[in-house]
Amino acid sequence: MKVVLKDLTKKFPGRIKKEEEVTAVSHFDFEIPDGKLVGLLGPSGCGKSTTLLMICGLYKPTSGKIFFGEDDVTDVPPEHRGVGLVFQNYALYPHMTVEQNIMFPLGNLKGKDKLSKEEMKRRALEAAKLVQIDQLMDRRPGQMSGGQQQRVAIARALVKMPRVLLMDEPLSNLDARLRLQTREEIRRIQRETGITTIFVTHDQEEAMSISDLIVVMKDGVVQQIGKPQSVYDDPANLFVAKFLGTPPVNVFDGSVRSGKLYIGPDAVYDAPGLPDQKVWVGIRPEGFLPDENGPLTCSLKGVEVMGRDVSVISEHPGMQGSAIRSIIDAQSRVDTGSGVIRFRVRPGKIYAFEYESGKTLPLPGLEKEGNTVSWRAGEAQSGDQN
Amino acid sequence: MDDYAAARSRSKAAARTKSIATYLLLVLWALLVLFPFYWMVLTSVKDYGEYNSEYIPKFYTLHPTLKNYADAFTAVPLGRYLLNTLLFTVITTAVMMIVITLAAFAFARLQFRGKNLVFALFLSLMMLPNELVVITNFVTITNANLRNTFPGLILPSVMSVFYVYLLKENFEMVPDNLYLAAKVDGTSDMKYLLRVLVPICRPTMITIIILKVIECWNSYVWPRLITDDPNYYLVSNGIQEIRENGFGRENIPAMMAAVVIISLPLIVLFLIFRNKIMSGVLRGGTKG
Repeated sequence: MKVVLKDLTKKFPGRIKKEEEVTAVSHFDFEIPDGKLVGLLGPSGCGKSTTLLMICGLYKPTSGKIFFGEDDVTDVPPEHRGVGLVFQNYALYPHMTVEQNIMFPLGNLKGKDKLSKEEMKRRALEAAKLVQIDQLMDRRPGQMSGGQQQRVAIARALVKMPRVLLMDEPLSNLDARLRLQTREEIRRIQRETGITTIFVTHDQEEAMSISDLIVVMKDGVVQQIGKPQSVYDDPANLFVAKFLGTPPVNVFDGSVRSGKLYIGPDAVYDAPGLPDQKVWVGIRPEGFLPDENGPLTCSLKGVEVMGRDVSVISEHPGMQGSAIRSIIDAQSRVDTGSGVIRFRVRPGKIYAFEYESGKTLPLPGLEKEGNTVSWRAGEAQSGDQN
Repeated sequence: MDDYAAARSRSKAAARTKSIATYLLLVLWALLVLFPFYWMVLTSVKDYGEYNSEYIPKFYTLHPTLKNYADAFTAVPLGRYLLNTLLFTVITTAVMMIVITLAAFAFARLQFRGKNLVFALFLSLMMLPNELVVITNFVTITNANLRNTFPGLILPSVMSVFYVYLLKENFEMVPDNLYLAAKVDGTSDMKYLLRVLVPICRPTMITIIILKVIECWNSYVWPRLITDDPNYYLVSNGIQEIRENGFGRENIPAMMAAVVIISLPLIVLFLIFRNKIMSGVLRGGTKG
């Protein structure tokens, strides 16, 4: 079931009467293709959960429309939308067994949809098998680990066979190892069921690793929508570049002068066709190549050997933040004696952003693969099919 | 090594002395608390004549008798009073549970205009001592022509602001997400209340039930005011009857026998459920 959001806006009234209303989501336009796993990504308070709850029907949009397939569901209450929702803290009923929890949504079906007890049990078992908790049907939530509870919550959301599955921060209550395991699990379940799934997360790694598409949001405004890799490679603005990637992108104060991109006095890259201006320069940690004749001269502060590769910490007068973190091949030799390290920059790993707006400026070396999905509906799907 | 052993035995001895002292105090305290009960049971098995001939009451009796228990039932219709009390207690508690559960749910979960104002008014009722409303209640019930009826006995106590408050706090402790999840699953408010909230808050509800049962069983002033027909007397007033029916002197041993009979159910109830009472109160209190 494809999900279409048209110019979706949500405003909350201020807490005090005179206070201005708060815009949580502003003009969200997006078409989620059928059967995809979409990650809504952004820092706290960016409106991603609000968006999810609007799709779910628990919040009413201030303006805009929501379609499931061709049906306008904007005014349809949640129970008639055919959505399954998984909460961050699972929201399992503590006094019921796993089986009763999973069966609970089925018990609310009325009229011609009403199921017999056996049918309900069968469906619950089916859902439990899908998430591999069918041996734990008699346990209560309190007797299970976080990961198991999470699975129960997913089974409960799936048992109604929803048209759309929604997950609000599904992994943030799990420990690091379980998180890895569970995100694979979510991916598998989504593939097996083919249900269009939208999940919310503030963890960029989580979103990148399992999503077909990610939507990066900030202050209620969509920043960029695209395949994880293309959003990473080709960020639309400084915020997106900073938000994706660990270690984060290194940001410098820079300028464009006569077709060259400067960081301080160092002309690090070509910027043909760009007018002279002040810019922000972003370089991914993996974009630094140690080169004795490289243009970027940094003072070396430390080297951390991490086995597969080496993390070099250095400083440069133009940098923003406390240090430059670069990751280089373990084979490259770093001369720690001189206290100076020179880099050249790997094409495609360096970005220039407009100083005021933070919008990305075109630099050579960024291959336009054409798979970046623009955030306008309609273009979204064609972008995805490439 | 020897020093160590000596020190150990010294500290052991100190600990033993301390615990002996503690237990002695506890035993004393228990005796103090239990003495009235002992006195009650003792008096109830003393012969009427023996009791009256004792100028200084004795702490024991050599001729225990159960005659007083029979007297308690024959002097007044104690069986009838017990039945009345049972009916009164069960109906009052049941109706009150329904009323306060619905009220607490409305305050905890539903959105309606003037909710906070209404709740504030509710709470302000809690500030009024019961004695203050006895007269107005009496006038109301009398005007409604409900004296000497069960509805007249029951109606004033089917609502308790404090229990509504306690239960509302409890309902609010249940995470919002459970409600939202239930909404997504198409659960009605009523079903959510009965299938989710009530089972989760069961300890508190049991506590409230027990406290209410005790309160009903012991109620005295209101039944005394609103009934003068012995057919509607509760046990508390029934005892009074024994006193008033005595020939010349009150039949204290029979009264005590009646008191033993009517306290037994409460004591049994308390012994069975005392853990639950505490757990419910503690749960209600942990929210802070």
